[in-house]
Amino acid sequence: MTLDLLRFTTAGSVDDGKSTLIGRLLYDSKQVFDDQLAHVAEASERRGGEGTLDLALLTDGLRAEREQGITIDVAYRYFATPRRRFIIADCPGHQQYTRNMVTGASTADVSVVLLDARRGVLEQSKRHAFISALLGIPEMVVAVNKMDLVDYSEDRYAELRAEFEGYAEKLDGVKTITYIPLSALNGDNVVTRSAQMPWYDGPVLLDHLENVEVAYDHPGEKPARFPVQWVVRPSNGDGDYRGYAGQLASGALRRGEEIAVVPSGGRSRIAAIDTFDGQLEEASAPMSFTLRLEDELDISRGELICHPDEAPSVGRELRADICWMATDLLRPGGKYLLKHTSRTVTAVIDGLEDLLDTHSLERIEAPTEMGLNDIGRARLRTSAPLAFDPYSSNRRTGSFILIDESTNATVAAGMIAQDASTARAD
Amino acid sequence: MSVAARPQLSHLRALESEAIHVMREVAAEFERPVLLFSGGKDSIVLLRLAEKAFRPAPFPFPLMHVDTGHNFPEVIEYRDRRVAELGERLIVASVQDSIDAGRVVEETGPRASRNRLQTVTLLDAIAEHGFDAAFGGARRDEERARAKERIMSFRDDFGQWDPKNQRPELWNLYNGRINKGEHVRVFPLSNWTELDVWEYIDAEQLEVPSIYFAHEREVFRRDGMLYAISPFTELIDGEEVFSDTVRYRTVGDMSCTGGVLSKAETLEEVVLEIAATTITERGETRADDRVSEAAMEDRKKAGYF
Ligand SMILES: Nc1nc2c(ncn2[C@@H]2O[C@H](COP(=O)(O)OP(=O)(O)OP(=O)(O)O)[C@@H](O)[C@H]2O)c(=O)[nH]1
Ligand SMILES: [Mg+2]
Repeated sequence: MTLDLLRFTTAGSVDDGKSTLIGRLLYDSKQVFDDQLAHVAEASERRGGEGTLDLALLTDGLRAEREQGITIDVAYRYFATPRRRFIIADCPGHQQYTRNMVTGASTADVSVVLLDARRGVLEQSKRHAFISALLGIPEMVVAVNKMDLVDYSEDRYAELRAEFEGYAEKLDGVKTITYIPLSALNGDNVVTRSAQMPWYDGPVLLDHLENVEVAYDHPGEKPARFPVQWVVRPSNGDGDYRGYAGQLASGALRRGEEIAVVPSGGRSRIAAIDTFDGQLEEASAPMSFTLRLEDELDISRGELICHPDEAPSVGRELRADICWMATDLLRPGGKYLLKHTSRTVTAVIDGLEDLLDTHSLERIEAPTEMGLNDIGRARLRTSAPLAFDPYSSNRRTGSFILIDESTNATVAAGMIAQDASTARAD
Repeated sequence: MSVAARPQLSHLRALESEAIHVMREVAAEFERPVLLFSGGKDSIVLLRLAEKAFRPAPFPFPLMHVDTGHNFPEVIEYRDRRVAELGERLIVASVQDSIDAGRVVEETGPRASRNRLQTVTLLDAIAEHGFDAAFGGARRDEERARAKERIMSFRDDFGQWDPKNQRPELWNLYNGRINKGEHVRVFPLSNWTELDVWEYIDAEQLEVPSIYFAHEREVFRRDGMLYAISPFTELIDGEEVFSDTVRYRTVGDMSCTGGVLSKAETLEEVVLEIAATTITERGETRADDRVSEAAMEDRKKAGYF
């Protein structure tokens, strides 16, 4: 069974044609409204002269983006075919806006990495492919774009494919990589099969996106994780009601089951699964609902409800991959707010273990600091315990953000490592 | 424990669940949230989502309507009825009061509208009540600047949006930290399309103001749109009044919201009509977006909804 709703993101270096590709995909699948198209035609002609149609303007909607001809922040677009609904995040390629690319990629199931057939596999293409893998996006499409500029050459395509395959061997976490030669500008192999590349017999982009199976197809098949967001306690007469509201991050819960509350450690049974539409016998991710328990426990926001035999790790020490997003440097000893599920605590950076060279994929040991757009592994200590899973097994309970309290800026995306707390060096 | 493969949550229920999660995060992390309720279809959905998020308790925030004084009477009537039904508190921030207090100056002429003036009334009300988070019903599919906005969108102490410098928004972890005087706008329906909204209204059998269904109305044609005759519209020479069967796709001021020719009299018919439409709701019905290429972006930067 395939997913009803597929989220995908674009990635790759600046000017490789990401926005043009999304525009082409929407245009050729007849998902552009007449007034949007008229607007884009008019805006294109104003910039490029009569007869130009710049499909990138379908997503590059900000004044500054149009002035500079680049994407600055993620644009979200929605479209549907009879097979599936899609949420597209069209991301910027420019290095300066990497954090916006991470924003778009953090919720994606599929990442479409573009290469410019002339320019090849650039440093930034690799960085984005690496970030996609790090964010746990299981499916990757490598779209070799601008094939029109290399005479639709099979040799050139094979050369780039081999080069990328060499790089991708070292990428952890990506399940499959699908290679597609295309021209976003002319529409070759985007929605319709290209007559220019008879040597290619794989799927065209839209076909692939309609059919690709992602791990999220079965979000219910993991241990149950229910972070409590909010305690429902009416002050208006319904005096006895006490419900724990949240969104099930993974797995399933049933009425009558025994549950554990972590990190605080209580045990009880599920008395009821309440929704506005009535009670449920069973609920699965990603539903939002309210739990009532048989026993009176003191549970507040930030606790997590799970099955006792499948509890997550609980601890105050973490190892995690960090994408650093601030111009201020990250250094050992730095103190931040850490938001993880519905819990916010203070965290101190205990140490930096390594820094990644996204080009060679080599790890530089024991760096003294991390700068803007650096990716590395850090050890953190928190002011209160967290209940967590490795990111590779659970995106929801394995991720966190760091916030700088002096600026309120979100300064890092964090992904908890497999051997999260075991290897602390002290 | 092993769990058998179970059917996927339908995409509407997945969107609903995401929106409920967003609303609860805001309720938990902010001191004084408010929900902007216009009586339009998107905010009607927001109210249902708030019921799903917080019942059996009352909402942990009041509702607020920025009343331009140029609304469709059917919408105001609906607004008051719905609020009474819910038993929640409604604050009405009035553009007329802002005009009377000299905070804004009314535009004049046949094309005058109070659309821009609303921003001042909204920001004044946010400051007066000390609101630190305001839920809005805006969707990313509506317009190209909105397509760029975060679900939780930061506003500085002038109420301004800076589209070139938005906070990263990772996974579903929202950073709601702000300083005094700043606030956030929160858009739980960010990922919904117009069709999703109508399918949801149909699935939930929600009542909507009568102007969303086809009805006979006295109208005149201007700039390719059909405007209602009202105390707030002035005809320009040569414009003729006629009667036709129209419905509204968006609810804005009578002065700047166009109707569309339609025969859709039920929710199912509206859903079918929207599924087949080839033009966006704002393109078809809103004069306020046509001012310039970045009309919406400019208004949003200044603090508009
Ligand atoms: N010849 C040719 N040009 C293309 C193709 N795809 C895109 N382009 C051109 O490449 C330039 C950059 O395209 P964009 O779509 O804006 O690139 P982008 O990857 O979105 O750029 P950023 O978002 O700023 O990183 C534009 O001039 C496009 O017209 C293609 O298939 N063939
Ligand atoms: Mg782009």
